[in-house]
Amino acid sequence: MSLPVDTVPDAGLSSALAAGEEQALARLQARLAAGAEQRDLLDVAYTVIDSPVGDLLLAATPAGLVRVGFGIEGHDAVLEQLAARISPRILAAPERLAAPVRQLKEYFAGTRQRFDLPLDFRLATGFRRTVVEHLSDIGYGATASYAALAALAGNPGAVRAAGTACARNPLPVVVPCHRVVRSDGKIGNYLGGSDAKRTLLQMEAAA
Amino acid sequence: MEVKPFEAIVREHGAVVLRVCRAVLGPDDAEDAWSETFLAALRAYPELQAGANVQAWLVTIAKRKAIDVHRSAARRPVLVPELPEPGSDGGRSTETPGPGDHDGLWAALRTLPQRQREALAYHHLAGLPFAEVAVLLGSTEAAVRRSAADGMKKLRTMDGEDLR
Repeated sequence: MSLPVDTVPDAGLSSALAAGEEQALARLQARLAAGAEQRDLLDVAYTVIDSPVGDLLLAATPAGLVRVGFGIEGHDAVLEQLAARISPRILAAPERLAAPVRQLKEYFAGTRQRFDLPLDFRLATGFRRTVVEHLSDIGYGATASYAALAALAGNPGAVRAAGTACARNPLPVVVPCHRVVRSDGKIGNYLGGSDAKRTLLQMEAAA
Repeated sequence: MEVKPFEAIVREHGAVVLRVCRAVLGPDDAEDAWSETFLAALRAYPELQAGANVQAWLVTIAKRKAIDVHRSAARRPVLVPELPEPGSDGGRSTETPGPGDHDGLWAALRTLPQRQREALAYHHLAGLPFAEVAVLLGSTEAAVRRSAADGMKKLRTMDGEDLR
């Protein structure tokens, strides 16, 4: 018996069994996400939406929205950070992100000025977390200096640390670090790039 | 150490695992086995050792789940598979072929002994070396090599068109 059995994997058999595979896999992935949610195995669910500041990755734990990632950060890199820092049990599962997606769309359409969402701040710790939690004190359309933010967070001397906290805000856009600008009038750094920051500030000023 | 998000594992290996499940169980039960496999894998994933062969790990889980699905299918009353009306698309899009378009292959696979289907699936589809297939099936390397060869030969005779 001299059969061509040493080709691995067998291309003919593979392609014959691959018929209709894409549709089946799409269906199965949705089923997996639902099953994982039901069994409390979905530590991080994510989805990607388009926006005026580029594609945004939205990730949530069962506690709430945990990360907003800009396209220029590299979404794969953001997911790998989440795998390392929270859990590798991560799936694309848009259902858990339904409320954040809706509110962000409203925000970008100019019909929402405040987000009302459960937020999971676990990626910001210590003073950085205190700073991030105070960012929402700066109202829609307003701006504040890094010094003012440091004061809001209860440590007026920690201007530099306040700047670092903004730069590493895990929940940009939703937690408005874009409203913090330099006291010399320059726009300051932003995780999503200074163009994105300018876009958000102009959008809010025009509303 | 770099840990891949599980989503990347699904994207990378989902198709091969589905083909293996289809070969072992047929197109209908395959989806249950696939789902159970990836749920079990998701549960165990954080404990998977760094550098492990992910595909071999998934195939091992799939093998276990195929047995479960096979057993529960055996307890169900036998259903005559529904055949699409001639001329209809059988409820599927006409652009993308479904497994039903390879009825010959399924029919041929169904006639193979379980052992031959398994040997074929784990070696020719999942790419496991015969030595590992033997461990998986509790058999010897020579025996699984023979099963795969016999199965492949029978498939080629019965369903040459699909396998060209």
